[in-house]
Amino acid sequence: MWNYERRLEYPVNIKESNANLAQVIISQYGGPDGEMGASMRYLSQRYSCPYREVSGILTDIGTEELAHLEMVATIVHQLTKDLSMEEIEATGFSNYYVDHTVGVWPQAAGGVPFNACEFQSKGDIITDLMEDMAAEQKARTTYDNILRLIHEPDICEPIKFLRMREVVHFQRFGEALRIVQDKLNEKNFYAFNPGFDCDECSGKK
Amino acid sequence: MLQLMNTHFASEQEKLLHDIGILNFVTIELSLYLDTHPADRNAMEYFNHYNHMTKQAKKEYAEKFGPLTLETADTTDCGTWKWATLPMPWEGGCA
Repeated sequence: MWNYERRLEYPVNIKESNANLAQVIISQYGGPDGEMGASMRYLSQRYSCPYREVSGILTDIGTEELAHLEMVATIVHQLTKDLSMEEIEATGFSNYYVDHTVGVWPQAAGGVPFNACEFQSKGDIITDLMEDMAAEQKARTTYDNILRLIHEPDICEPIKFLRMREVVHFQRFGEALRIVQDKLNEKNFYAFNPGFDCDECSGKK
Repeated sequence: MLQLMNTHFASEQEKLLHDIGILNFVTIELSLYLDTHPADRNAMEYFNHYNHMTKQAKKEYAEKFGPLTLETADTTDCGTWKWATLPMPWEGGCA
């Protein structure tokens, strides 16, 4: 289960509306390398993971991603909540506005809706952790790209925080992969799928 | 409570929330590290220390300004269900 905490993981206090930046940053809400995909990826993968400490890191990083999802939604909300009709028409925000007004909805910067095909839960922990490490790097690159587009400190600071967390999560997933490989045959990690073929090697029986 | 940074705060509430953010972040970071290093005693000591400080700060915040968690929600004094009426985190300002 989960408990809600009535605060953000890192503060977001944006004073000025900016529809153009909101349309870019929303990609980290529901885009291909965004926080919705990240949280659903790790929280879905943990069930078939045969090693308890690795299920633990998937759970805890998946949980932190939910906090990041809330931060990105807050950034989008604060950038759009006070938009005038003139600003909406002048910035090209009208395509989003017509379907969602200024509500927060998961889509990529290009308008493509969030889709579970943007992540995998393969039921093979080596495959899943390789995807997780790639996902953290893709999200880090996206935040780097966003940071080249924004110059306002009140938007940059929370984005820099989120970027930093991608780097830390990449490190932790790398350690998780090593934990998994240490439990397998070093001459052939792929001899079998430890989550499917073998109860003894999982330690769970 | 503690002087973590020389940032200017508009109110005691803002400062306490800022401190909670830092203390809780340290516990999150240590918990992820401990997930992949479950036998690191030094990290466990750090975790226990910051986890205790985080809990104390959240308790202090709840008593002074209202609950951030259901665990610290206590309606006996004011008779109002503040969990429902306090600002949401995305409203900005202090949250």
